Amino acid sequence: MSQAPHGTPETMNSDHPRRGEAGQENASAPRQASSISIFGLKKYFDGGVVALDGLDLDIREGEFFTLLGPSGCGKTTLLRMLAGLDTPDDGQISIGGMDVTDTPPHLRSVNTVFQSYALFPHLSVRDNIAFGLKMRGVNSAERQRRVSEIAEFIKLGALIDRRVDQLSGGQRQRIALARALVCEPDVLLLDEPLSALDAGLREQLQIELQRTQKRLGMTFVFVTHDQEEAMVMSDRIAVLNDGRIQQIGTPQEVYERPANSFVARFMGHDNLFEISARDGQRLTTSLGELNSDDVNEGSLALIRPETIELSAPGTPSPHAPINLNRVEGRITERFYRGSNVEYRLDCGTTELMAEVSNSGQRLFKVGDLVKVEIYPEDIVILKDAP
Amino acid sequence: MNTRSSASIDATLRARSRRLMWRDTRHLLVAVMPGAAWILIFLVLPSLYLISVAFMTNGPYGQPSLPLSLESFRNLAGFGFLGWSPGNLYTLLRSLWQTALSLVLVVLVSYPIAYYITTCRKKWRPIMLLLVVVPSWTNQVIRAFGWMNLLAPGTPLSNAAEALGLIAPNLGLFPSNFAVTLGLVYNFLPFMVLPLYAAFEKLNHGLIEAARDLYASPVRAFFVAVLPQTLPGLLAGSVLVAIPAFGMYVIPELLGGGRAMMLGNLVATQFAAGSNWPLGAAGSMLMLLATFIGLFVLRRMGRKLGGGDEVVI
Repeated sequence: MSQAPHGTPETMNSDHPRRGEAGQENASAPRQASSISIFGLKKYFDGGVVALDGLDLDIREGEFFTLLGPSGCGKTTLLRMLAGLDTPDDGQISIGGMDVTDTPPHLRSVNTVFQSYALFPHLSVRDNIAFGLKMRGVNSAERQRRVSEIAEFIKLGALIDRRVDQLSGGQRQRIALARALVCEPDVLLLDEPLSALDAGLREQLQIELQRTQKRLGMTFVFVTHDQEEAMVMSDRIAVLNDGRIQQIGTPQEVYERPANSFVARFMGHDNLFEISARDGQRLTTSLGELNSDDVNEGSLALIRPETIELSAPGTPSPHAPINLNRVEGRITERFYRGSNVEYRLDCGTTELMAEVSNSGQRLFKVGDLVKVEIYPEDIVILKDAP
Repeated sequence: MNTRSSASIDATLRARSRRLMWRDTRHLLVAVMPGAAWILIFLVLPSLYLISVAFMTNGPYGQPSLPLSLESFRNLAGFGFLGWSPGNLYTLLRSLWQTALSLVLVVLVSYPIAYYITTCRKKWRPIMLLLVVVPSWTNQVIRAFGWMNLLAPGTPLSNAAEALGLIAPNLGLFPSNFAVTLGLVYNFLPFMVLPLYAAFEKLNHGLIEAARDLYASPVRAFFVAVLPQTLPGLLAGSVLVAIPAFGMYVIPELLGGGRAMMLGNLVATQFAAGSNWPLGAAGSMLMLLATFIGLFVLRRMGRKLGGGDEVVI
């Protein structure tokens, strides 16, 4: 992933004050992106509420890393500590090998895209974008040049001469991004920057953000509570709850092999069944006796709805493996979503969700009796949340 | 046929819209009338009277009389029967200086107070604001006398100032320009604290964090993120402080001991002891003019700095 093409446009390789020497040695070299290591980070709020409970985390150079979790899980607190806007009660943060735990925000080469965007209302769009450069003492001509470059890069077009209060949400979001990117920080922090936008625009900006990150090769740390957003954009995801990391992994790992029931539920999985007894690959669950290929320890069996196959009773399944799990169920609810169809099934002792891709086959009706087939490799065993 | 009917429809519509407009106008007049009458009777007519007095001649018993002349304005500019004297000019300049100085000091004192109150717990804030306002419920004259007692020669404060070599022996802090400035600052503090508090209360801390994140040191973050946000309050407070301070009568009279005359005192003298109503009227017109200029400048400043929309004067 770190070998992604560094399509850094020439414009972005401007003679940055801090990277001047390195840049001149080899102008075509990929930008030096920073790694972040966090060690034993602790933070208590007033009244002893734990915000972060001894967090350890390593974020790689040039990575799109997402902190995912429900509100109050500590993800924003962690982001604010990376920015220097909050101080940890214990632990250490280093960025690019430098200990920055006690470094004030204006001395860190880190910039933030805030959830509320926090654009300066008394400044024009141009002055907003130039703000960081001005504070750093970059001269006026150089500021102009770099603001124009970033405006072109982010495709701001005519927005550059508007007033901030004349902009829509999506436009503000772009300005906030441009304002942070123009400073060419080692790390860009994004605090739920898309949460205030409507769905269509959000999806469009998700793709744009991801492309921007790949083109710049900059380390992005992204905070969100939306698991789909996290999966679409990220190289790796850390799922947080109660100030602790529940799992770190690629979107595929986190989605397909959640580490525990919290992660599974947060990623949107409903089909979790308690394992009451286990004999090797043979599980006794609330859904009945099941065969699983999973060798991991755990007290819960997860079956993702899209791995389940439904067919009319009596349909032969000639290539079925010998240990294929077969259950019968009656359809109690049907949710038609266009590209796929979700069914809620009553399987006697428990309920089951199944999702079938809508490829033109006959749809089942509510009340239909169906044959449910679950392949052993699709049953994942996981632990209950700590 | 078609055109004629449409023309007649047009005419009916026009008549109807005229009727509606007249109804709206009538309603508007009814709504505006009481206020307009009030302003007419208590502001416009007296002002017109004052203006006309300013152009009259001073009669033998100090009453305004004919013929019309510019004599009072000549007097105000300093031309008397003994030739030109700079006394009135000094009074005007002293008024301006005293107003500007007090305004700056009021801002410097109010700013931290207003900020401090917003950092307190919510339930304490109204009480602290009340504490700021309560002194102004007492009569101005009584408060001025209070300061006189505190600052007079031989009082602990005066002795301390004397011991530090700040003032000449046995003179006391009162009467003096210092006492007038102190009195003005003390008197007008609430008028600055309240609008500033309102501005601080809706301060967007996100902007401060954004500034810090974008490499602004704490001091620069104050000037780029805090000050612009409080500017509307600052300008509103400045208007509330500067206008009455400029025309102040009681404080310079009592705490200045007659040595620190301001424009207000000049006007008051002409209407009372000096018995020259036209000169007094001319003086109050000058005050009005200076106030308008000041307001205009503040408004322009507010617009330019981006906080002007909220300062509606």
